[in-house]
Amino acid sequence: MSLLSPLLSNRKALCGLALLGGFAALALVGPLLVGDATDFVALPLQPPSAAHWFGTTGQGQDVFAQTVAGARGTLAVGLLVGVAVVALGALVGMVAGYFGGLVDDVLGLLVNVFLLIPGLPLAVVIAAYLPAGPVTIAAVLIVTGWAWTARVIRAAALALRRSDFVAAAVVSGETHLGVIVLEMLPNMLPLLASSFIAAVMYAIGAEVGLEFLGLGDLERVSWGTNLYWASNDVALPSGSWWTFVPTGVAIALVGFALALVNNALDEIGNPLLDPARAFLRATGRRRLRLGAPTPVLRRDHG
Amino acid sequence: MRFLLRRLGFYLTAAWASVTLSFFLPRLMPGDPATAMFARFRGRLAPEAIAAMRSAFGFSDAPLLQQYARYLAHAARGDLGISISYYPASVGSVIGQALIWTLFLSGVAVLISFLLGTVLGVLAAWKRGGWLDGALPPVLTLLGAFPYFWLAMAALFVFGIGLGWAPLRQAYDDRLAPAPSAAFVASVFQHAVLPAATIVVATVGGWMLSMRATMINVLAQDHVLYAHARGLSPWRIMFQYAARNALLPNVAGFGIALGFVLSGSLLTEIVFSYPGQGYLLFRAVKSLDYPLIQGLFLTTTVAVLGANWLVDLVAVWLDPRARS
Repeated sequence: MSLLSPLLSNRKALCGLALLGGFAALALVGPLLVGDATDFVALPLQPPSAAHWFGTTGQGQDVFAQTVAGARGTLAVGLLVGVAVVALGALVGMVAGYFGGLVDDVLGLLVNVFLLIPGLPLAVVIAAYLPAGPVTIAAVLIVTGWAWTARVIRAAALALRRSDFVAAAVVSGETHLGVIVLEMLPNMLPLLASSFIAAVMYAIGAEVGLEFLGLGDLERVSWGTNLYWASNDVALPSGSWWTFVPTGVAIALVGFALALVNNALDEIGNPLLDPARAFLRATGRRRLRLGAPTPVLRRDHG
Repeated sequence: MRFLLRRLGFYLTAAWASVTLSFFLPRLMPGDPATAMFARFRGRLAPEAIAAMRSAFGFSDAPLLQQYARYLAHAARGDLGISISYYPASVGSVIGQALIWTLFLSGVAVLISFLLGTVLGVLAAWKRGGWLDGALPPVLTLLGAFPYFWLAMAALFVFGIGLGWAPLRQAYDDRLAPAPSAAFVASVFQHAVLPAATIVVATVGGWMLSMRATMINVLAQDHVLYAHARGLSPWRIMFQYAARNALLPNVAGFGIALGFVLSGSLLTEIVFSYPGQGYLLFRAVKSLDYPLIQGLFLTTTVAVLGANWLVDLVAVWLDPRARS
């Protein structure tokens, strides 16, 4: 709860959360409203009109329906991968940071190797051997994406491990699992939240990229396959901008909303990034008077 | 020196890990990957190509450990097997040319983006709340939220197809022979501007924001306050006292980010049909050219590892503590 109330009073975070809520609703309800997006409904490459708001694709499908239907496929994979990446990364990072020593050396090496290996080529190598589809994409993205979270969590766990309250818990006879779950985990919630957002951003971007390469299930409608078809049909040279613009804007809006929430989390966690605003918030003032004597902050104990 | 050697050892470990991955992955796949793979090609592939593929993968009846040793030895010699789609060309020769184009395009774009982003970040942190600090981050964050290849499609559409300012595909005019002539260099430059610009636009925001964040932390430190008190010129404080220290964590992050940026620029190449690793990867995926896919993975990884070692050199140069 300590995380939620500052988020809701932050303008950036509110904008981001509202956008995300809109897209979540779109992904949940949208596909029911637009019908089957793979239907051929009109002549190919028709510009936007009253009948087809975003025009039609190179195969005569409705672009609006495809954009709406694609939200579900893409966001579902993004969310799933985000959860899995944070869970795996937190597990590895916690274990490495908590136990230290040889365990840390081995896991740290593993994490650093995975961080250095470029993600896309590795993802393609794995995906090329598996049957095309969302499950393959999700699995591949988890394998290529967990290391970043693990690194961040490990650093935080190392610092926490040395703190007095954790030492006290260890001395009081708490089990390893107890210390990790009851003492350390609650202190990492802000970090886990921002790791989760970063993981979802990564997952959506990489998923769209892999599908654009042709590694997705091409029968299924998602934002990545939409762009794959837009670039593989004759859409681009014939001037049909409407085949790729709506999907791209939708992806960017989701990414932007996630970045807004993440920035807000950063600002809440690190007031130094915006000291003026942090000061204003603490004092309840609206604006800072320049040239005034250095203000002194007193906390009311009344 | 010891630092650099230790890092070199780490990169060799990473290279060995990726070769090992690419050896075991096909063998770990569900079912029998070899036969499944060959079944996909039934009727479409000459028997000698299948034989070449088998040997390229090191698939034989020998014990696994022996196959692995052979694979490692081949990889160490740079022998990556025979390509299927370009049969009978070797994977090495197919990749060689593409690698040069990728290193050129991504290298130049990443350098420009890093330098530009760093300077913008320094300036934004210096003038907190100024127009640069207020306007640029949200705009660049929004641009960075678009997939690279989508920005590439948009740029190609507007500047290539719509306005006709830039060529649509390839790395140079195919009526020109690759030669160190002025016309050829000009053509290469012309063809590289649009793809490079999209990579820069997509990535500059990330560098700027991280530089801004570290710069803000450094600016709050005592040595900067002391420099102000001594009455040093703002430029000297900004670059020699603050930016130089803020640069260190950013340079370290640069090495890790390279892999991400490269992945994005590979996709950009596809949009522009730029004859680098990414475009080759696209064609290899389309034709299920497994040896080529694996070769591309290994060479890209080695390129990233090499670039990281160069980054380490820069970090040592910047940070006297690492030199001792």
